[in-house]
Amino acid sequence: MKKLFAIIMILVLSLSLVSCGKKEEESEPAKFKVGFIFLHDENSTYDLNFINAAKAACEELDVDYVLRTNVPETEKCYETAAELADSGCSIVFADSFGHEDFMISAAKEFPDVWFCHATGTKAHTEKLANYFNAFASIYEGRYLAGIAAGMKLNEMIAAGEFSAEEAKIGYIGAFTYAEVISGYTSFFLGARSVCPTATMEVTFTGSWYDETAEKEGANTLMDRGCKLISQHADSMGAPTACENRGVPDVSYNGSTLASCPNTFIVSSRIDWTPYFKEAIKAKMNGTSLPTDYTGTIATGSVKLTEVNDKAAAAGTQDAINTATKALQAGTLHVFDTTTFTVGGQPLTSYLADVDTDPAYTPDTEVIENGYFNESAKRSAPYFDLQIDGITLLDTAF
Amino acid sequence: MDKRNRAPRFHIERRASLPWHKSLAVRLLSILAAFIVCAILTMIITGVKPVAFLSTMVYGSFGTPRKMWITAQNIAVLLCISLAVTPSFLMKFWNEGADGQILMGCLASSACMIKLSDSLPNWLLIIVMLVASVAAGMVWGVIPAFFKAQFNTNETLFTLMLNYIATQIVAYFIVKWEVPKGSGQIGIINQNTELGWFPQLFGSKYILSILTAALMTAFIYSYIRYSKHGYELTVVGESTRTAKYIGIDVKRVIVRTMALSGALAGLIGFLLVSGINHTLTTTITGGQGFTAVMVSWLAQFNPIAMIATSFLIIFLERGAIEISSAFTLNQSFSAILTGIILFFLIGSEFFVSYRIRKSANTETGKEQDK
Repeated sequence: MKKLFAIIMILVLSLSLVSCGKKEEESEPAKFKVGFIFLHDENSTYDLNFINAAKAACEELDVDYVLRTNVPETEKCYETAAELADSGCSIVFADSFGHEDFMISAAKEFPDVWFCHATGTKAHTEKLANYFNAFASIYEGRYLAGIAAGMKLNEMIAAGEFSAEEAKIGYIGAFTYAEVISGYTSFFLGARSVCPTATMEVTFTGSWYDETAEKEGANTLMDRGCKLISQHADSMGAPTACENRGVPDVSYNGSTLASCPNTFIVSSRIDWTPYFKEAIKAKMNGTSLPTDYTGTIATGSVKLTEVNDKAAAAGTQDAINTATKALQAGTLHVFDTTTFTVGGQPLTSYLADVDTDPAYTPDTEVIENGYFNESAKRSAPYFDLQIDGITLLDTAF
Repeated sequence: MDKRNRAPRFHIERRASLPWHKSLAVRLLSILAAFIVCAILTMIITGVKPVAFLSTMVYGSFGTPRKMWITAQNIAVLLCISLAVTPSFLMKFWNEGADGQILMGCLASSACMIKLSDSLPNWLLIIVMLVASVAAGMVWGVIPAFFKAQFNTNETLFTLMLNYIATQIVAYFIVKWEVPKGSGQIGIINQNTELGWFPQLFGSKYILSILTAALMTAFIYSYIRYSKHGYELTVVGESTRTAKYIGIDVKRVIVRTMALSGALAGLIGFLLVSGINHTLTTTITGGQGFTAVMVSWLAQFNPIAMIATSFLIIFLERGAIEISSAFTLNQSFSAILTGIILFFLIGSEFFVSYRIRKSANTETGKEQDK
C-alpha cells in the first residue's frame, strides 16, 4: 500500500511539474486567423483538394489557420464553426454541401465573422452580410476533359477497336443532383463535340465516397460495353477498376496518374486557392466579397491536370488549348442549345430551381442568348436536365 | 531436475475483493500511466511536447465556456444512451442495437416535423414528435426481444442487423425528403420557423440534454435498484432457471425490459432531432450506440459510475479532436491515443480482479507471511 501511494505521489508530482510549464502565454499581437471545416480528411480526394488549397492560400498570405477534419453534417458543424469563431478566426470556410445550414446558423450568431461555404446554394436567398457561397464553372473543365475523352474514342475507332456506333462512355455519379448532372452533361457534350456518335450511360452510387460502389459501378459499365469511363465521386474506385481492365479513364478532383499510369487520360478539378485568397484578402482589407463567387478558368479556379500522353490520343493538349481559348473568348458555350436536345426537342426556355426550397419550385429562367447560363444565377450548378444521348441506368439516388 | 517441470515464477490468483479506494487507485493509476505513454508516444512520433499535448487535451474540453457546454452536452447524450442500454445488459441481453433504435426515434421525429408542421400547433407537434419517437424506438427494441423470448434467437446479431435496416430506412426517407432535389441530404428542418424545435430552457440550448441525462440517471438508478421490475430483470440476468423457479415470467421480462431500453433510445432520438441537430442523417448517432456499450461496461452497469466513464470517453474524444487540429495531425493518430487509454483502463480491470504473486517455491520462506 505504501509503495502504491508512493508511486501515485510520484506520478502526480511529475505531472503537476509538467503542467506548470505551460504558463507562458504567447503575448504577440494576434495574427489574422482563418478556420476551415472539412467533411473528411486527406484520404478523400475531394477534401484533400480543399486541404491543399487551404494550406497554399494561408501560407501565401502568411495568416494563421486551423483545419478541422471529419466534421459531420450535423449540429457538430455549427459547434465547430462557433468554436473557430470563438478562437479568433475572422473567416470560417466549410467544404461540404451538407454543412450549409449549420454555417448559416453560425453566421447569424457571429455577425463579425465571415462564413464562406463552398458548393452551397442559399447565400443569395438568406441575404446575410457575412454568409457567402462559392463554386467554380467546373462544367467548363468537364467539357475540356470531355474533349480529351472524345478524341480517345476517335482514336480507338480509327484503330478498329470498335465501330463508331459502339462509342459508349460510362459515368459513375454520386447522386442525381444538379452538380453531378451538370458535370456529366458537360463532359458528354465535350466528348460529342469531337466524336458525334458518342453515347453515355450513367450509374449512381448514392454516396460521395464509396470505393466499393464506385468500383462496382465502373465494372458494371465496362461489362455493358462502355469504352471509356469517367466519374463524379471521390474515391479511387473507378480509376482503379479501369486500370485493372485497361479501359481509359478521365478522372476528377486531381490526377490519378500515379496509380493508373496506363489508363489515366486527364482530370479536371476545382482549385480553391484563388477563392480562399480573395476571401481572406477582402476580409483583411475590409473590401467586399461577392455573395456568390464563381471561379473560372480565368481566375485559375478551373484546372486541368497534365494530359497523360501514354493514354491520351495524339493532339489532345492542342485541342484542349483551342477550346479553352474559345470558352474564355465567349465564342464557345458549353450548354449551347443547338448542340443538344431534351426529349427530341431543342431547348428554348427553362426554369431552374435556383432558389432552394423543399418543393423544388422552378423559379429562374436560365436559357439566355441561345445557351443554358450555368452558374450565373448562383455559384452552385443548377443544370438538371436529362439530354438525349445519355441513359441513366438507375435513379434511386 | 527436468527444466520443463519447473514451476512458473509467477502465478495469477483471484483477489477476494479489493477495498473501493484501492480499486479506484488502480484505475486512476492506469489512466495516469496511459496518459504518460500517450505523451511519450506523441513526442517520439510527432515531436509535440508532452506539456503541450496534455494542456491541449484539457483545452479541447474546457478551454472556453462554449467548449465546456458542448462537452457537457456530449457527456449528457452519451450518458443517456449508456443508461438506455443498461437495463438490457443487466438482464444479460446483449443489446447492440441502440444506434438503430435511436435512428428510428430520429426518423419519427423528423417525419412529424416535415409532415405535420403546417397542420398542428407547435406545442402539440412537439408532443406528437415525442410520443412517435418513443414508440418507434420501442418497436425497434421489442422486435429482437420478442424473437429472443419466443425462439431464443441470438440477440447480439439480431439487434446488430436491425441497425443496418434502420440506417437503410432512414437513407430511403432522406432521399424522399431531400432538399434540394438529388442532393441526398435534408438540411436543417424548419430553420426559419423553428417549428418542432424543443424550446431552449433557461435561455441555453445545452440545458435540455443535461437535464434529460440527470433525470434519466435518477430514473434508471431507482428502477434497477428499487423497483420490482429492476429486481426481476436482474434475476433473469443471473439465471433464467432461478427466475422461472421463483415465478418470474422470463419472456415477459425480456420483452418489457427491451421495450424500456428501446423507448429510452427513441427518446434520445427525439432529443437529437428536436433538441440538438434539427436534421436527419444516417450518421446522426455517430456510432455512440456502440460507445455506450463500453461506457456501460466500464461502469459495471452502475448508473452513477457511468457519469464518470462517459465523461472520460468524451474528454478523450474532444481532446483528440483538439490535438489533431492544433498540431495538424490526422485524426487517426488521436484514435490511436484513445485506443491506448482505453486499453490501459480495461487492462486495469484485470488488476482489480486478480493479483500476480511470486510463486511459492521461489521464495519459500515468505509463503506464510500472509
